[in-house]
Amino acid sequence: MVATSRSVYDWAGAAAARLGLNRDSYLVAPGLYAIGAPDRAAPVLVTANYKLSFDTLRFALPGLNVWLLVLDTCGINVWCAAGKGTFGTEELVHRVKASGLEKLVDHRRLVVPQLGATGVSAHQVKKQSGFSVQYGPIRASDISTWLDNGAREFEGMRDVTFTLKERSELIPVEFHLVLKSMWWLFPLLFLLSGIGPDLAFTSRLMSRGVWMVSALLIGIGSGLILVPLLLPWLPGRSFALKGAIAGLLSGLLLLFWAETGLNLLESGALLALVVVMSSYLGMNFTGSTPYTSPSGVEWEMRRAIPVQFCLSIGALLIWVGAPLVLS
Amino acid sequence: MKEFRYIHGVSSLCLDQSLCIGCKMCSRVCPQAVFSHQGGKAAIQDHDGCMECGACGVNCPVGAVSVNPGVG
Ligand code: SF4
Ligand code: SF4
Repeated sequence: MVATSRSVYDWAGAAAARLGLNRDSYLVAPGLYAIGAPDRAAPVLVTANYKLSFDTLRFALPGLNVWLLVLDTCGINVWCAAGKGTFGTEELVHRVKASGLEKLVDHRRLVVPQLGATGVSAHQVKKQSGFSVQYGPIRASDISTWLDNGAREFEGMRDVTFTLKERSELIPVEFHLVLKSMWWLFPLLFLLSGIGPDLAFTSRLMSRGVWMVSALLIGIGSGLILVPLLLPWLPGRSFALKGAIAGLLSGLLLLFWAETGLNLLESGALLALVVVMSSYLGMNFTGSTPYTSPSGVEWEMRRAIPVQFCLSIGALLIWVGAPLVLS
Repeated sequence: MKEFRYIHGVSSLCLDQSLCIGCKMCSRVCPQAVFSHQGGKAAIQDHDGCMECGACGVNCPVGAVSVNPGVG
């Protein structure tokens, strides 16, 4: 028996798992679970042993009596695990056999989430286990309705969405990952801003250093917050371009709005850094969307990375050189 | 996905209509509504919508669809 209502601990756990904390305690033991009181005709739903997938599914099933077959995906969600092949034909066939499912139910059907289809080959599963695979709805919240309607499809059930809410939910995770890998840029660029022809190191830190750190923050914010939120309205198809445009707008806003006291060269360098940062992080976001193809990502990376690289080197040289040249 | 479009003309999705038996499995697994069906055969109606997830390729029982990102 598994509870189908959400407790405070589940919410806290979901938040922690999203932030990437304590991942190991969010595994569910693989195997067969009974939800409610399933009988020999009850449907068998397949899911991953990622606690969020498991929870989303079990809370979407109040009052239903079903079997839940949990695959061992090393605690990774269905979509990612299917891409890696851990949520796949082999593991599914193995779990079906290991759980003795055929002795518990009379039918020979498995309901696999549609997003798992990337790793599961329906005809292979049928051949190897005797069970036929039905692909269920993308959203767990549609499962009850889908089962109630005799597993018949309805409009919109098979299409992935990427709503404002879904996009904004990705922001904290991205922030966490980016700060973890890029925090060193802050002290490094802050200190670099202090270099100059004389001993006024601290006074340059207080002016140039502070603006550099603000520019970094704005570049990161632009790529990590503006790009996901404004995704449909930012022009262009490539994320590098969307990011660059968002960065240009927020960078210009910073320069016009704040009394930076910087000269034209320095302002230009700062603006370029905001644009590069935002463009790079925007491109990074392709990994989190449900519609970007690997070939497309490669296409834009091949074009954008050289430009981003040259622009950031140039901007840094100008930034560090400006006090020396202009003094 | 209709409201979001990605880079044009780069997906490696390929369909060999001569092999297709019209089982519609490809449509059932595709998260982007890339396929349509006419006269008992599948057709690619939205090539740019394909995100190369590969689901159609592994689930086509006759191997009529292929998706190979990184090749070509
Ligand atoms: S899955 Fe293969 S055989 Fe079936 S309709 Fe699609 S292309 Fe044709
Ligand atoms: S690879 Fe995925 S998105 Fe592309 S057509 Fe096949 S199922 Fe649809």
